[in-house]
Amino acid sequence: MAEKVLMKGNEALAEAAIRAGCHHFFGYPITPQTELAAYMAKRMPQVGGTYLQAESELAAVNMVLGAASAGVRAMTSSSSPGVSLKGEGISYMAGSDLPALIINVQRGGPGLGGIQPSQADYWQATKAGGHGDFQVLVFAPSTVQEMVDLVSDAFDTADKYRMPAMILADGMLGQMMEPVVLPEVGEKRPVEKPWAANGHQDRRFHNVINSLYLTPEKLEDLVLARYERYKVIEATEQRAEEYLTEDAELVVVAYGASARVARSAVNKAREQGKKVGLIRPITLWPFPKDTLKAAAAHVRKMLTVEMSMGQMVDDVRLAVECAIPVEFFGRTGGIIPTPAEVLGQIDRMLTE
Amino acid sequence: MKDLNIVFAGFGGQGVLFAGKVTAYAGLLAGKELSWLPSYGPEMRGGTANCSVCISDEPIGSPLVTAPNVLVAMNLPSLDKFISAVEPGGLVLIDSTLIDKQVDRTDLSVFELPATALAEEQGLRGLSNMILVGKLFQQACIGSAPTAFCTEEILDQAMQKCIPARRAAMLDLNRKAVSLGAHL
Repeated sequence: MAEKVLMKGNEALAEAAIRAGCHHFFGYPITPQTELAAYMAKRMPQVGGTYLQAESELAAVNMVLGAASAGVRAMTSSSSPGVSLKGEGISYMAGSDLPALIINVQRGGPGLGGIQPSQADYWQATKAGGHGDFQVLVFAPSTVQEMVDLVSDAFDTADKYRMPAMILADGMLGQMMEPVVLPEVGEKRPVEKPWAANGHQDRRFHNVINSLYLTPEKLEDLVLARYERYKVIEATEQRAEEYLTEDAELVVVAYGASARVARSAVNKAREQGKKVGLIRPITLWPFPKDTLKAAAAHVRKMLTVEMSMGQMVDDVRLAVECAIPVEFFGRTGGIIPTPAEVLGQIDRMLTE
Repeated sequence: MKDLNIVFAGFGGQGVLFAGKVTAYAGLLAGKELSWLPSYGPEMRGGTANCSVCISDEPIGSPLVTAPNVLVAMNLPSLDKFISAVEPGGLVLIDSTLIDKQVDRTDLSVFELPATALAEEQGLRGLSNMILVGKLFQQACIGSAPTAFCTEEILDQAMQKCIPARRAAMLDLNRKAVSLGAHL
């Protein structure tokens, strides 16, 4: 097995992307993801790749659109306010059926907000990444190792379905160091991209990458075809981790950094003999509805814990079809909830 | 081992993040679960830079240490900020050159080390952090402490991992600082 090394989440995301065959990075600095771009600046020249610090987030995301059009693995990264700026490019990539990776190391909002960890961009990532009818794949790692693993999965899934993917991390995961095992380079073969606009020396008809369709029927057909793919993704790509849910009376639902806090609270509750478990969505779109719905059949209550005012809680309620009460606890503005606070909520709900 | 939840805190530039990184690497080399989480806000420019380090046999939940069982405090704002959060029975290491204040809690094990003054005297300027790391490992990480998880050899390997090759000359100075702290 490869050596375990200690890495910051931001750096691990960058190295994992390079090892997944991404040799084109376009970024713009913003706390708390700057180490990712800095790492790319150092590493890309060593692998013969392109690192480019653009003049703005808009420029960076549109460079990703260009590189993805040529069929290469490309990515950009930012934090919340910067990802809002990238929304236009994300929508254009979705409308052009382009695979690419966008990383959001979330910080507090709205506006410039703060620079401390947050999960307040859940709605943006899963429902409103830009204008128009579209989805992006959203992956939510909760450890540095998972940041590494999901980068590769995100690129693969994006290529498979020809659509943008996002890693939704946060300042805590980006800044923290944990041991990781990095994959070997080139373990996976790159996907064939016969649609790429990459020059063909007159061997075929041109490929056109475009998101403008002035005939409504044509545009509707394309959107409908895309939604057929989304159905397949919703049926086959949902991912969640279940922890101590089998006999649980109450299940905490949390992703990313707050899932770590929730896990600590669940462990404390178990030490006290309370039947509490955790469901941790790993894909936020597609949302792991099936896992939640199945759990709702044997669980009395659910509690979602988020670093926001309550965004994923809506999806949890929809997934369980209001069969059981779903409550919310969160901190926002850059505050990380403590396990003790979550345990307090668990205790309250179990006694009610 | 009993879980170690450490807060290293001081001014930006005193090496609190590095001290935490050496400790975290020792955890990795000892085959433990661990996390290292720094503060990254504007307080790093002169206020209280700090980092949380968790070392355990079990996967780490929240990496943000809110109730440390070890506090390494390198300036007064850090001591004031974290002292009330330390778990009863916890270990507190203080750089007494820079902190002219007694800890008023009686339920803690407190060591006051004149780390900055000693570093100056011994030609180890800038390594007061590693003097405190030496004491930390001697008290909590090596030997018979319930939180012990590694050996002197592992600590030495951790320093080798954390000091880049281009600064190899620093390794012996770090070793000297650690040894000085361990024997205080």
